[in-house]
Amino acid sequence: MIHLDFILRQGPFLLELHEQLAGGITALFGPSGAGKTTTLDAIAGLRRPSSGRIAVDERVLFDAERGIDLPAHTRHIGYVPQEPGLFPHMNVRRNVLYGRRPGQRLSLEAVTTMLEVGEFLDRRVPDLSGGERQRVALARALMSAPDVLLLDEPLAAVDVERRRRILPYLLRVRDDLGVPVIYVSHDRGEVDQLADRVIVLDAGRAAGEAEEEAGEKGA
Amino acid sequence: MGELWTITLLTVGMAAIATLIMLPPGLLLAWALARGRFRGRVLLETLVSLPLVMPPVATGLILLMLLAPRGVLGGVLANLGIEIVFTWKAVVIAMAVMGLPLLVRTARAGFEQVDRRYEQVASTLGANPLRVFLTVTLPLALPSVMAAAVLCFARAIGEFGATMMIAGSIPGSTRTLAVAIYSFAETGRDTQAAQLVLVSAAIAFAALALSNWIAARSGLRT
Repeated sequence: MIHLDFILRQGPFLLELHEQLAGGITALFGPSGAGKTTTLDAIAGLRRPSSGRIAVDERVLFDAERGIDLPAHTRHIGYVPQEPGLFPHMNVRRNVLYGRRPGQRLSLEAVTTMLEVGEFLDRRVPDLSGGERQRVALARALMSAPDVLLLDEPLAAVDVERRRRILPYLLRVRDDLGVPVIYVSHDRGEVDQLADRVIVLDAGRAAGEAEEEAGEKGA
Repeated sequence: MGELWTITLLTVGMAAIATLIMLPPGLLLAWALARGRFRGRVLLETLVSLPLVMPPVATGLILLMLLAPRGVLGGVLANLGIEIVFTWKAVVIAMAVMGLPLLVRTARAGFEQVDRRYEQVASTLGANPLRVFLTVTLPLALPSVMAAAVLCFARAIGEFGATMMIAGSIPGSTRTLAVAIYSFAETGRDTQAAQLVLVSAAIAFAALALSNWIAARSGLRT
């Protein structure tokens, strides 16, 4: 269970969330500027909420009242940003292994097989296509054995055909690994296809939410 | 030619030492200024850049007051049997202090150009700030860091004012290129002075060419 219960103020912008998320894939859906990426940043520890509490199961990541604010590198939150942020000075293998946590159950083989990135482990990052980069970034995040996986519009940069090919990988992360996923998108079709539940964000607030079917709210 | 050769080697060697000594603290300072949010940042930035805009002779006098046997630091060092003023160590210190601003400013600009997203991703992958710096920020900013080192070295080679104040012009020990040119010109040894001018021009040219080459290469890479 992921507990998101925080307020983040930044200039005139106010983001307020009060959500309890079970496992599976949760979509954060809404127009740009609604606070989707900001929400992911707050969970990952890249931005500090003004007040509230963020916890994954019993593990408190942030609690303003108790003065808890775990630094990003101790949070165990996998984050695949919109620009996948593969380190350009490392090859694919070094990228994937960068965050490997000792003693984690996932092997490099398992992850690379699942995401089918094994064949280009020795390639340079600039030589990868957009879809390949997304899969490598996903593999890299999984190798750090995250408790939660955050995906920021992972399919925005890839064309429709590749999109159709990447979706199954995301479902594998949910079904085979059981890692809860929070998934940011402004594409209704994608959200309907993937998400177990949808939080509709509008101007910094959850305007509506739904299990399974997103319906027509807040669109 | 022997004398000129000694002067050149001495200068290049001491400038290299000064650059190497300043590299770790200089890069750390540059990183803190580029990424850190702390109280006194502006003050620190100003202090670091001060030797760039102050008369070098004035900086030299401050160093002299600090490092002379009766100075604040010099007194402590003298008790330990370490002599600084008017030795080669004073030359290195003068070079280091005068080179630091260029080192920090250039490296800082390089660190600022590194996309923060890379650093943030690295931290979500479990890398602590030091590891992020060593494995992500520093390699991505390497061209700027190298350019920064070259500029610091070149500035050190040309150091004159502060060196005169705390190191003097002792042949074979503290007489660097710039100091020697001045001494030779003053004592009418114009030929030697002119030869040293050529040598320093050659070194400056090589340093700038290297720095430009690094910049051009990094420009192609991205």
